[in-house]
Amino acid sequence: MTNALVMPVLIPLLTAIVLTFFRNSFILQRTLSFIATASSAGIGVYLLLRIQSEGILRLDFGGWEPPYGILFVGDSFALLLVTAAATVTSIILLYAFSTIGEAFEKMYVYPFMLFLLAGVNGSFLTGDVFNLFVCFEVMLLASYALLILGGRKVQLVEAFTYITINVLASWFFLLAIAYLYGATGTLNMAQLAERVAENGQGPVLTVISLIFLLVFSLKAGLLLYFWLPGSYSAPPAAIAALFGALLTKVGIYALIRMFTLVFHHSPEITQSIIGIMAALTLIGGSIGALSSNDIRQIIAYNVVIAVGFILVGLAAGNELALQGSIYYVLHDMVAKAMLFLAGGLMISLTGKAKIGELSGLIRNYPALGWLFFIVMLSLTGIPPFSGFIGKVLLGEGLIEADTYVLLTLAFLSSLFVLYSLLRVFLNCFMGEAIIGSEEQVVLKKRTLLPIVMLGILTLAIGLGADAIAPFVNDAASTLVNPQTYIEAVLDKEALLKQ
Amino acid sequence: METLITLLVGVLVMVAVYLLLSRNFVRIILGTAILSHAIHLLILTMGGLKKGGAPLLTEEGSTYSDALPQALILTAIVISFAVTAFLLVLAYRIYRETGADNLDDVRREFDD
Repeated sequence: MTNALVMPVLIPLLTAIVLTFFRNSFILQRTLSFIATASSAGIGVYLLLRIQSEGILRLDFGGWEPPYGILFVGDSFALLLVTAAATVTSIILLYAFSTIGEAFEKMYVYPFMLFLLAGVNGSFLTGDVFNLFVCFEVMLLASYALLILGGRKVQLVEAFTYITINVLASWFFLLAIAYLYGATGTLNMAQLAERVAENGQGPVLTVISLIFLLVFSLKAGLLLYFWLPGSYSAPPAAIAALFGALLTKVGIYALIRMFTLVFHHSPEITQSIIGIMAALTLIGGSIGALSSNDIRQIIAYNVVIAVGFILVGLAAGNELALQGSIYYVLHDMVAKAMLFLAGGLMISLTGKAKIGELSGLIRNYPALGWLFFIVMLSLTGIPPFSGFIGKVLLGEGLIEADTYVLLTLAFLSSLFVLYSLLRVFLNCFMGEAIIGSEEQVVLKKRTLLPIVMLGILTLAIGLGADAIAPFVNDAASTLVNPQTYIEAVLDKEALLKQ
Repeated sequence: METLITLLVGVLVMVAVYLLLSRNFVRIILGTAILSHAIHLLILTMGGLKKGGAPLLTEEGSTYSDALPQALILTAIVISFAVTAFLLVLAYRIYRETGADNLDDVRREFDD
C-alpha cells in the first residue's frame, strides 16, 4: 500500500483542472504544467527504486481489498513507462512554450496535454480492465481536443476520421469487457489471470482475447494503422510529438500486459497472429515511409515501423525478447519525440514540408542538421545511442525463439528506417543552400534546447543501459512469470503474516 | 430473457453498422450512439437478468442482481455522452468551415 502510486495520475489531473481557471496568465500555465510533469517523472523514479527493494506495489482505493475494489498496481514495467512518459512530456512542454503560440495557449493547450498524460499514466498503472477502458477514454478525449486545436480544415477532417475510428474501437473494447465479465465473472487483471490459468483458456476465451487484440491493435497501430499517418501529421509539431511518443505506446503496453498476464495459455493462436500482424506492420510501414515525399508523413510511418518492431518481441514471448521490447519502447518514446520535434522545426522554419522543396539546410541551421542526424542514427540502432541495446536483445530473443522470418523482417525494417530518414537528411540538409543568410528565419536557442535535451537523453539511455538494466530485467521477469504479479495483488496479506 | 436481449443487441449492432458505413456525418454519429447502447445492453445481459432481485445488501441473500454491470454501464454512458457531444460539435464546425455534411464533399474540397 502506498499512496504515492496515484500521484503520477493525480498531479497532472489536478494541475490541469486548476489551470483551466487561469486562462490568461501564461506564465502560471507554463510554470505549473512543467512542475506537474517533472514531479510526476520524479515520483516515477522514486517508485521504481521502491519496487527494487519492496517488490510490486499496489494501492487499493477506499481500502477495498482485491478482488473487490479498483486498484493501481505498480510493477517495474508500468513505472518505467510512467517515468519515460512524464519525462518526455515535460521536454515537449518546453518546446511548446517557445513555439505553440498565444492562440493555442489561450485555448487550454497545456491543460489538455496534462489530461493526456494523466490518462496515459492511469492506463499504465491500473490493475483493472474496466479502469483501463476509462483511462483510455481520458487520454483519447484529451487527444481529440488537442488534434482539433487551431481548427484548420485539414485538422477538422482528419479529426473526424480519427475520432470515429477510436470511438468504434472503444465500443469494441467495452464489448470485449462485457464478454470477459460474462465468461469469468471478474475484471481484476490478477484475478482474471488466476481464473484463466485455473480453468484453462478455452475457445471462448481465445475469441475474447482476439477481440482485445483487435481493439489494442487499433490503438497501437499494429496492422490497423491506416488512420495514423493522416492524423499524426495534421497538428502542430509539439502536439504531434506528444501523440507519436505516447499514444501508440499505451496500446503497446495494453497488448503486452494482457497477452503476457492473462491470455498466454494458447500461444500457438494468439502469439502467431500477433507475429503475423507485426510482420505485416513492418512491411506496410516501410513501404509507407519510402513512398511519401512529405516529411510529416515519413515521420508518421516511422511510428508504424516502431510499433511492429516492438511487438515482434511479444510474438517471440521469451524473456530476452521482452527485455529488448521494453528497452525499445523507452528508447522509442524519446527518439520519436525528438524526430517529431526536429521535423516540425524544419517545417516551421522554412514553411515547406516536401523533401524536394528543401535543400542545404545544414548551412543555415547546422545544429538542427546534426541533431536530425543523431536521431536518425539512434532510430537505426547505431551504438552508442539508445536504439542499439533494444535491437540487440530483441535479436537474441528472436534467435532463441527460432523465429527467423520475424528476425529478418525486423532488422530489414531498420534499414528502411535508415533509408527513409537518410533521404530526408540528404535532400533537405545537404546540397546547395537555397535560403540566403539574410532571409533565413532565426532559430532561437530555447527552441532548440528541448531537442538537445532529448538528444542527450537518447545518448544517456544508450551509454547508461547498465544503470537501467535492473529495472528492465525485473520488468521482463514479471512479464514472463505472471505468478509474481498475481501473488503481489491477491495474496499480499497472506505473505505479510508469514 | 437473456436470449431475447441478445437478439435485440444483434439488431442494434446491425443498425449501427449500417449507419456507420454511410458517408453522412450525422448518420455516422447516430451509428456510434446506437452501437454504444447495444453494448450497454450486452453488459447488462452478461451480468445475468433476474426478476425482482435487489442487489446484495447484507452478506446473504437468496436472489440478488449483480450491481457491477450497472456501475460499468453508468460510467460508459457518461463517456458515450461526452464523445457523442464532441462529435456533434465537430461535425457542425466542419459544416461551418466547408459547407459539407458528408465525407465525400469534404474530400472533394481538399482535392481542389
